[in-house]
Amino acid sequence: MLAYLAQRFLLAILTVWAVSVLSFFIIQLPAGDYVDAYIALQRETGTLVSRQEAENLRTQYGLDQPVYVQYAKWVALILQGNFGMSMEWRRPVLEVIGDRLALTIVVSVVALLFTWAVALPIGIYSAVRQYSFGDYIFTFVGFFGLATPSFLLALVVLYLAFSLFGANIGGLFSSEFKLASWSLAKVWDLLKHLPVPALILALSATAQLIRVMRANLLDEVRKPYVVTARARGLPERRVILKYPVRVALNPFASTLGYLFPHIVSGSIIVSVVLSLPTMGPVLLRSLQSQDMFLAGTIVLLIGVMTVVGTFISDLVLLLIDPRIRLVGGR
Amino acid sequence: MENEEQPILSVRNLKTFFFMDEGTVRAVEDASFDVEPGKTLGIVGESGCGKSVTVRSILRIVERPGRIVGGQILLYRNAAGDRPGHVDLTQLEANGPEMLAIRGDEIALVFQEPMTSLSPVHTIGNQLIEAILLHRQVSRREAREIAAELLHQVGIPRPAGRLEEYSFQLSGGLRQRAMIAIALSCDPRLLIADEPTTALDVTTQGQILDLLRSLQEERGMAIILITHDLGVIAEMADDVVVMYLGQTVEKGPVDDIFHAPKHPYTQSLLQSIPSIHSRPRVNLPTISGSVPHPYNRPSGCPFHPRCPEYIVGTCETRAPSLAPVGERQEASCFLYEDA
Ligand SMILES: Nc1ncnc2c1ncn2[C@@H]1O[C@H](COP(=O)(O)OP(=O)(O)OP(=O)(O)O)[C@@H](O)[C@H]1O
Ligand code: SF4
Ligand SMILES: [Mg+2]
Repeated sequence: MLAYLAQRFLLAILTVWAVSVLSFFIIQLPAGDYVDAYIALQRETGTLVSRQEAENLRTQYGLDQPVYVQYAKWVALILQGNFGMSMEWRRPVLEVIGDRLALTIVVSVVALLFTWAVALPIGIYSAVRQYSFGDYIFTFVGFFGLATPSFLLALVVLYLAFSLFGANIGGLFSSEFKLASWSLAKVWDLLKHLPVPALILALSATAQLIRVMRANLLDEVRKPYVVTARARGLPERRVILKYPVRVALNPFASTLGYLFPHIVSGSIIVSVVLSLPTMGPVLLRSLQSQDMFLAGTIVLLIGVMTVVGTFISDLVLLLIDPRIRLVGGR
Repeated sequence: MENEEQPILSVRNLKTFFFMDEGTVRAVEDASFDVEPGKTLGIVGESGCGKSVTVRSILRIVERPGRIVGGQILLYRNAAGDRPGHVDLTQLEANGPEMLAIRGDEIALVFQEPMTSLSPVHTIGNQLIEAILLHRQVSRREAREIAAELLHQVGIPRPAGRLEEYSFQLSGGLRQRAMIAIALSCDPRLLIADEPTTALDVTTQGQILDLLRSLQEERGMAIILITHDLGVIAEMADDVVVMYLGQTVEKGPVDDIFHAPKHPYTQSLLQSIPSIHSRPRVNLPTISGSVPHPYNRPSGCPFHPRCPEYIVGTCETRAPSLAPVGERQEASCFLYEDA
């Protein structure tokens, strides 16, 4: 069991490293660098950037050095907890991301909880009452959910809310709280704004999980251990919940690892549409302006969240599946 | 010894069908037999002839789209208590309180697959104690003691420790012993063993059968034993039911069935065994022709397409029914109907 944990942990570290390399090089891929983008932007507004000024900027940000040197410096800084400066905002990256990181996590976790809370019972219902009217309805809604891009859904909801109720459901805070510092009232305001974006973000994952749960459970309910439990005289509801549902939860737990990043990356475009103050809009902007430390950090953080999610789901599996705990998983 | 006369379970003209989109599978079509108290009834027949569905019907755990569509399953009780003398299980609600109280308490099941008959994520103790608590008024602590004692009785070494183990930590034989312990936890009057030894090696098979026999002697329970293995039947059973395509085609005391089989199907089953005693374990021999597809049952006598003694003009038009062919032997065949 310890060996399993150590192996998973090492794997997680390796993955984080690979993600850091990838994120750094991916944001380097577009032609030009931040200074080119900056010059182009200035030209649009009629200001010319002199050659000397451009050189100074490049030296200042270390852009004149080879890529691997830049990477090494970046990693060295990160290891000291310093994620570098955002070129565009001219502030430390962490300061720019700050609250947005926390809000991203809050929105995603709420969406994830919603996903489970809805998908689990529906999945169980659909499997136990396979081919019932309810099963068909959920299947239909589920495929609809899978087929609809969440940003489109966001647009539609935004439009409907506005045209029907005159309500603006964008954002995570009412205008009076946007710039206010944290207080109980602000938290309450956030809670009131959370359901709509969380729901929109959760839809496709929910549809996916319903299918997973239904299929897992349909596999399990036919197994002999369920029949023997029934033959013991256990009431049907307890038979289903104690045995096949419990077993079907194991693969379900491993969805944690991929659902979380799925929701986070899904939130990028949705956040732009719904003008949520999460990392999404900042990431988009930083990629356009080639603000590499900012973009790199965000991509890295999303990668780390994936790895952490996977690691947690491995831990959960270890807890709930004796076959892994006692025999040692592969 | 008047009770000797009364069976503890009587299955009469049972019909259990599966209503599939593709058609109706007549899995059990006219199965009839009696189980005597303290005796072992063997059920034989080729794969797919409805043995498992029959016993699942008895326990009322046939899964959808299957349904009992006819017949009676009478469970007899000692009328002395406050309970009625007998109850027709087909009339009870499958998951109603009466049926739940019978299942696991009066009638218990041991199943053919020890690999998967126990939950992979619950300990042996968990499932055993669950069974005890369901039907007995004891505390959790007492249940645990009873559980350890049961494991000991079925021959599992270090029983207390085994309670904490999972099924994948046990060998096939130990797993089947654990299953038997669970089935016995409430001292059932009838134990149904559906191919309890099929998945085990020969030595373990013998041990499990010995265990079943000695438990039966100790507790006086009746056993329904389903097996493909005629050797096992010869060794274990008092009475035999031969099933073909969901139907009881012949039944009677084991000696009569083995020495004077009447139905052509029983005869061909036994044909390829030169002597029961020289080859104690023989799987069902293959009979010429194959079992018809369950969707299209032959008309008349279901065995007629494969029957060597097929009476043209009769066997394919009318269905024979069970009739006495000896003192306690019955067969369903036109060869004996007029005699
Ligand atoms: N859940 C089900 N759905 C549809 N058909 C079924 C189902 N269970 C059993 N059947 C059908 O019922 C018939 C009898 O099956 P059953 O399992 O009782 O056979 P069996 O005599 O126990 O065979 P075996 O010796 O292989 O265990 C078969 O034709 C089978 O296809
Ligand atoms: S009834 Fe006819 S076909 Fe059926 S077993 Fe008897 S002889 Fe054969
Ligand atoms: Mg069977």
